[in-house]
Amino acid sequence: MSLTVSEVKDCAHLARLGIEERDIGSYAKDLSGMLDLMTQMNDLDTDGVEPMAHPMDQVQRLRADVVTEQVDREKFQAIAPQVEAGLYLVPKVIE
Amino acid sequence: MYNKTIAELARGLRSGEFSSVDLTLAFLDRIKQHHSLNAYITVTEEQALQSAKAADLRLATGNAELLTGIPMAQKDIFCTEGIKTSCGSKMLDNFIAPYNATVVDKFNSAGAVMLGKLNMDEFAMGSSNETSYYGAVKNPWDTHTVPGGSSGGSAAAVAARLAACATGTDTGGSIRQPAALCGITGLKPTYGRVSRYGMIAYASSLDQGGPMTRNAEDAAIMLQTMAGFDDKDSTSVDLPVPDYRAGLSNSLEGLKIGLPKEFFGEGLNSDVAATLEAAINEYRKLGATVTEVSMPSLKLAIPAYYVIAPAECSANLSRFDGVRFGYRCENPADLADLYTRSRGEGFGKEVKRRILMGTYALSAGYYDAYYIKAQKIRRLISEDFKRALSEVDVMMGPVTPSTAFGIGEKIDNPIEMYLSDIYTIAINLAGVPAMSVPAGFAQGLPVGLQIIGNYFAEDRLLNIAHQYQQVTDWHTQTPKGFE
Amino acid sequence: MRSQWETVIGLEIHAQLATKSKIFSGASTAYGAEPNTQACAVDLGLPGVLPVLNKEAVRMAVIFGMAVEAHIAPYSVFARKNYFYPDLPKGYQISQMELPIVGIGHLDIDVDGVSKRIGITRAHLEEDAGKSLHENFHGLTGIDLNRAGTPLLEIVSEPEMSSAKEAVAYMRKMHELVRYLGICDGNMQEGSFRCDANVSVRPKGQQEFGTRAEIKNINSFKFVEKAINHEVERQIELIESGGKVVQETRLYDSDKDETRSMRSKEEANDYRYFPDPDLLPVLVDEDFKAQIKAQLPELPQAKKQRFKDSYALDEENATILTSSRQLGDYFETVVKESACSAKICANWVTGDLLAALNKANLEITDSPVSHERLAGLLTRISDDTISGKIAKQVFEEMWQSTATADQIIEAKGLKQITDTGAIEAIIDKIIADNLDQVEQYRSGKDKVFGFFVGQVMKEMQGKANPGEVNKMLKEKLK
Repeated sequence: MSLTVSEVKDCAHLARLGIEERDIGSYAKDLSGMLDLMTQMNDLDTDGVEPMAHPMDQVQRLRADVVTEQVDREKFQAIAPQVEAGLYLVPKVIE
Repeated sequence: MYNKTIAELARGLRSGEFSSVDLTLAFLDRIKQHHSLNAYITVTEEQALQSAKAADLRLATGNAELLTGIPMAQKDIFCTEGIKTSCGSKMLDNFIAPYNATVVDKFNSAGAVMLGKLNMDEFAMGSSNETSYYGAVKNPWDTHTVPGGSSGGSAAAVAARLAACATGTDTGGSIRQPAALCGITGLKPTYGRVSRYGMIAYASSLDQGGPMTRNAEDAAIMLQTMAGFDDKDSTSVDLPVPDYRAGLSNSLEGLKIGLPKEFFGEGLNSDVAATLEAAINEYRKLGATVTEVSMPSLKLAIPAYYVIAPAECSANLSRFDGVRFGYRCENPADLADLYTRSRGEGFGKEVKRRILMGTYALSAGYYDAYYIKAQKIRRLISEDFKRALSEVDVMMGPVTPSTAFGIGEKIDNPIEMYLSDIYTIAINLAGVPAMSVPAGFAQGLPVGLQIIGNYFAEDRLLNIAHQYQQVTDWHTQTPKGFE
Repeated sequence: MRSQWETVIGLEIHAQLATKSKIFSGASTAYGAEPNTQACAVDLGLPGVLPVLNKEAVRMAVIFGMAVEAHIAPYSVFARKNYFYPDLPKGYQISQMELPIVGIGHLDIDVDGVSKRIGITRAHLEEDAGKSLHENFHGLTGIDLNRAGTPLLEIVSEPEMSSAKEAVAYMRKMHELVRYLGICDGNMQEGSFRCDANVSVRPKGQQEFGTRAEIKNINSFKFVEKAINHEVERQIELIESGGKVVQETRLYDSDKDETRSMRSKEEANDYRYFPDPDLLPVLVDEDFKAQIKAQLPELPQAKKQRFKDSYALDEENATILTSSRQLGDYFETVVKESACSAKICANWVTGDLLAALNKANLEITDSPVSHERLAGLLTRISDDTISGKIAKQVFEEMWQSTATADQIIEAKGLKQITDTGAIEAIIDKIIADNLDQVEQYRSGKDKVFGFFVGQVMKEMQGKANPGEVNKMLKEKLK
């Protein structure tokens, strides 16, 4: 199986991942190689097998509804690229 | 002073042979001396000396723990409050974590001295430490070869005695493979045994932190501190933590070892195979019986892993968007530009490859064929392990198909690199614990023996590794120039 | 022309659950805090942090499911919905896709006196996003993540509503229900209760659905009706002029009363849902369900029937009194505490009390006149201490003070005069002073009777028992 340049571009767009035009071909080649590997999975009949999302057959633990976090905004925003008046700033969002 | 195990250092600290400050200075000195190994991303000299002083006071009061005053280092994937936590990426080169990982908190309260943050493959994606934004780490046994990855800095630091011990994380072999290539002891615990809180996620259902040490006893000491339930991690398992050192001396008489025949087939280097055979013979001498077991679904572990891990990572890494922390591109033209350039410039090639792969596998029309199919295979693999481990106590096999390869040798061939994870990946899919133990040398480079146990049988694995280390001295070997 | 078309509407209602802390973190959900002061590391999506599910959010979802007689999933699964938006810190929203916690249920609505059952497809738990603020940042957008991680219950209806009116009735009924259950404060200005409408049209009689448009984020009952009506018109006009409806997301602009296409969400979305590996399947076992069932209050529909049956209330009063749990409780307590008939109690609660509350913009729980005090007042009507008319005067006094009805009656001397001797003396005086009117009455002008009643009541400052006055006047004027 192989992945086309346009499929690579679609995935890069979905993932908001800037990739250089000149690298697209090499990504397409690497990803096609990975897909070849994955097609081996079709060798195994998995009809009726329950998909496994977690290694442990456990269920979700539930937390009591208590406010436990006191937020130190200054501390969190000290590592932010751009803030003003307590808000994170981004280029204008058009709706 | 530095060429000692945790247990030996703890005795020295108590007998007054040296203080924690002495030890810390000695390790800091060595880190500088062997700077060219590139094992550390950040050295926290000042904080280390402060902790060492505090540890000396605590040792004097007599309420110290075994790790109190022991100079160790954290893989740079664990968040450390007030200290850069880069995850080996340009994306987080400016990230000062505002909190500690649970694992870091645990070492702090044990009084361990953190020397710094260790180099790693970017976001733990890699098997050679070459994907790090901070450059490749060198293997102290041969500086032209890789230390393995992703916990390559951790393995190199412990092997070169640049830390008494180190933390690692293992998603598809990232503790065991570098431990094997650097001739140290590494343990990947059962999934859920060690908290993942504050450990930057690569693939959440596979990631697990664990100890990287000189021998099994040290691994037991470290795991004692690392393991345990954490209410901040929903996947953390609420089971009591046993005393991991208590059973180290148990006899191996009657131990049933299974050798998965799929582990000894084509692709395994013959010198590595011979070394392992000798190690297994030692176990026979210790009273174990050895049988062959079969794990028919194992051959599909790599394809299943390279669907599941990239799928999870593609979502886990979406939070790195240049808005609240981390790298932001210069002068974004608009929002789309902010996202694509920050992520495009902040992530390296291997990370991008896996994000693209995961995005593809989850996208409309492919989800069932890839993601669901891989999860079904994951179930079959996990059933293989359960079945095999109901017949034998543990399984043994190689960690890697060959010894450490040259820096630059495989980096341009990602598929070949992925295939070298063949013996480690299935263990993460099943979630069982496994160790890598130094078992000898092939062409002058270390070979690791993998021991795979049942869920939560870390104490048994440590016992089995420790007994082997009582009758062999592979684990005490130090690379030339680092004695 | 319009009569050839049929409208199909389905609603997705987002109700913020009234928990104290967020769905996956221990940060507060309180509304109106300074920006980003209620967004902890988990809500900000910082590296390495992990979600842990709030039990109260699960309980609220289950109790909702029980109230709409839905199937409660024994195992439900959280999934990641992947998309990039600055108010979505992790780049994915934790939601539920394949296995929602609440399955198929229903809600009955009334439109113009006709009852209709609307199917509920599912209801699932998810986290709310933050807010984007577009003003005053030199052309940049500011992001406040306080709301990020607030628990939401998304309630999806079947496309079974056929008019804006039905949609409004459904939305109102749902609003009433979530507030009744105490799982959502229903504050629409603050966005606690909002809805998206899926609207399509098709020629009457056609089986398959037309192409639908989704109208996003409607936050008032008025707007839901206007937005749907507008959208229906737009679609019919479009089709009739030879155009085609495209499947898209549209935003309702209440200023212009129109919907417009949302450019930013126009591109094809591929959300790449997959089970969130940081969270495990949520188990709602029989024990947990039994515990929740025990907390399930009597639901509005059943309560309304009971009010009609056991208190002999009419439809209107029964509907009003069961519109909120607190109002129903207040009414029943007044009935219990007063010696008055339920009908009079109902008239007072839905009449004077609700009017006063509405005027003062207060909820029943904040009523200045407590149920004890109102019951005390109504008791004085039933034992003839005061007339209904005087009672209204006493009620007004009670609204302004904390005094009981008895204290006010005493202080103001409002007690009804039942002493027939005193009434008789006044009647005699009135008759003597108005002989002309007596003559008129006796000659058959019955209307004049009212004049005498008025005069007597005036003389007695309204405190005479009107029944007694009537009886005695009739006797004297014979």
